Amino acid sequence: MTDRLIIRNGRVIDPAAHHDRVADVLVEDGRIVSVAPDLNVEGAREMDARGLVVAPGFVDLHTHLRDPGLEYKEDIASGTRAAARGGFTTVCAMPNTVPAMDSRSIVEYVLREAAARGSVRVLPIGAVSKERAGRELAELGDLAAAGCVAFSDDGAPVHDAMLMRRALEYASTFDLPIIDHCEDESLAHDAVMHEGWVSTRLGLRGAPSAGEEAAVMRDIALAEATGAHVHIAHISTRGAVAAVRAAKARGVRVTAEVTPHHLTLTDEVVAYGALGGEGLVYETNAKVNPPLRSQDDVDACVVGLVDGTIDCIATDHAPHAITEKLCEFDEAAFGISGLETAFGLCMRLVHGGALPLPALIERMTAGAVRALRLDRHVAGIGTLAAGAPAEIVLLDPTADWLVDPERFASKGKNTPLAGVTLRGAVVATISGGRTAHEHEVAVV
Amino acid sequence: MTIRAPQPRPTDAPAPLTTSDADESAWQRRHLLDLDDVSVDELDLVLQTADTMKEVLSREVPRVPALRGTTIMTLFYENSTRTRASFELAGKVLGADVINVSASASSVSKGESLIDTVKTLQAVGADVIVLRHNRSGAPYLAARHARCSIINAGDGLHAHPTQALLDLLTIRSRIGDVRGKRVVIVGDVLHSRVARSNLWSLTALGADVTVCAPRTLVPVGLEHAPEGTLPPVRVEIDLDRAIVGADVVMALRMQHERMQGGFVPGVREYSRLYQINAARLARAKPGALVLHPGPMNEGVEISHEVAHGLQSHVEEQVTNGVAVRMAVLWLITRTLSRGGRLPAGSAL
Repeated sequence: MTDRLIIRNGRVIDPAAHHDRVADVLVEDGRIVSVAPDLNVEGAREMDARGLVVAPGFVDLHTHLRDPGLEYKEDIASGTRAAARGGFTTVCAMPNTVPAMDSRSIVEYVLREAAARGSVRVLPIGAVSKERAGRELAELGDLAAAGCVAFSDDGAPVHDAMLMRRALEYASTFDLPIIDHCEDESLAHDAVMHEGWVSTRLGLRGAPSAGEEAAVMRDIALAEATGAHVHIAHISTRGAVAAVRAAKARGVRVTAEVTPHHLTLTDEVVAYGALGGEGLVYETNAKVNPPLRSQDDVDACVVGLVDGTIDCIATDHAPHAITEKLCEFDEAAFGISGLETAFGLCMRLVHGGALPLPALIERMTAGAVRALRLDRHVAGIGTLAAGAPAEIVLLDPTADWLVDPERFASKGKNTPLAGVTLRGAVVATISGGRTAHEHEVAVV
Repeated sequence: MTIRAPQPRPTDAPAPLTTSDADESAWQRRHLLDLDDVSVDELDLVLQTADTMKEVLSREVPRVPALRGTTIMTLFYENSTRTRASFELAGKVLGADVINVSASASSVSKGESLIDTVKTLQAVGADVIVLRHNRSGAPYLAARHARCSIINAGDGLHAHPTQALLDLLTIRSRIGDVRGKRVVIVGDVLHSRVARSNLWSLTALGADVTVCAPRTLVPVGLEHAPEGTLPPVRVEIDLDRAIVGADVVMALRMQHERMQGGFVPGVREYSRLYQINAARLARAKPGALVLHPGPMNEGVEISHEVAHGLQSHVEEQVTNGVAVRMAVLWLITRTLSRGGRLPAGSAL
């Protein structure tokens, strides 16, 4: 018997189809059948979406699921549950697991776990180098055959320029991109935050913007020389955005993502916390790599996102155990648990007038799909087109909710936003036709 | 959270101290973490109290029972000679019980976290923990999780408030009010928590402060930070110009690892360009004070003749260190006994 679900009277925003109108969405057996006003359907479960936005499920190109090996931080079940709560129906799993995802067997493990215990789709990203050690290429062909959608040594940059060149050339055989965490390690040596007046204020070692920019420019030069596709992970500086803009203008195959926190938070959060205040707090939950940077960098990232220099928003969800943050700032782990706050945090841009809601949704869905051409791997991903998998998110753009990490589905409670009220909530997430998450966040 | 009631003092204890007419209510701090948010009134009070303590130290038997029944623990994660000895003596002169906990000799080396260590010392009975740590911000972490008082005895590259206070005491006792006085701080400001705390207190009191160092050792943003975020100082790379007309010249220790770290090419060039020697000192005001937080590398950042010359007050700094730390211990313990408030930023 056919399983039918109809989502009634929501404002349907499907950027891929340039749709923005009030309509019903009909789902049958996990596939979208039609999107139209006043659909007349019998025997369907009904969801009332009046006053809500109905959009394709978000696609995150940058998620650390920590599984296998670091399950005390996160596992595939908890990480994908967090994704569903954040409105994501696809997450791309980064390979800095233990062991690293540098072989077919690890990829198969991740896909098997995701199928058995995952709440949403997991697309694996294979390691560039064996053990992510930055020396020899991993078996990229085997990883591609196993289902990897890109390669990255994320967590670390591909430091060696020759290895990066070979990786770009070799990966282009399979028409897959290299995602690089761009950081010149010699400039970022021992750094724990952005270099600027705040790092001076705190007596902490800073990473200069030039360290990211030098690495981005190197990767652009190599992509240009090889004709291969490089995707810049979590771009965060004005100069890096400018470099990508100029490279795109001359036709280099470069794409880029930016995180919600680099679009909204500055290095001052490290000093004073997200709620602000007079005294220094050394907020370890704001310790992240790349670091939160200056307001000028934040502004440049927003402009880059709006003008299309930056293709999409990616969370860089990096969950850690509480003890890895409850310590001296220098000792604390880098990373923010970001899946569950991504939409609410990015809505600051919409409420602040920087970009309209359909554009934000585009950068969290179709933009991400386009950047890595994920539709080659999953037909219809990131759209509400007829025949597409029923991956749908229901959003309330004006609901205020208080961030309480204890209520996160993620094991990682490491957010600098604890106690912050965000405007814009994920009400429900539908994945594969079933409800992977229904609103349970306290709305204030 | 509640603040632990102080130990009742023996009723037969003699009047502990004849403090001056200073208004001790100006001091409301339970912790001393840095001088960045310390008011002019508070600075005045500490210095006045320190003057009283200097009088105590000059007595034939320098002992008063002011802090009898108070337990002070020094918890040092870094080696230190003068700071630790100075705190220990300060506590003992005031009649406190002082216990030195060496981080390498305690359970710290077994991987115990800072928070757990602080809580353990507190459970053992510490009223005040004097914390030296190689990581910037560590005392702030400790203060957030402690019921007892935390005094920062130096954290990473960040702050060393009692050193800055003893520098201030030394300067004030020699040249009086620092308002409008020219202070030149020379050397590795980038890695100097002493310099950073000094910048706050000296500029708060209206001194005209110049930082002089090779560009590689000037903290980023020091000159162009938004107003109100960093102390307002000038940067002058050329020492021969910076030192002209100075009332106070403070030399900073140049550590060997900075040479190896590539911040400067080597001792020879550094000392040629940045050493405080007699010829350079002659460009300062006649009788300008020469200070150094120690330990000195004579022949590197300061010449032997200047280090031990008439204008050097390095030994006096060390003596003043005991008085200042007595003052800080006294004021903080008074706050504790009044159920003192938490400083801004340490809300739980």
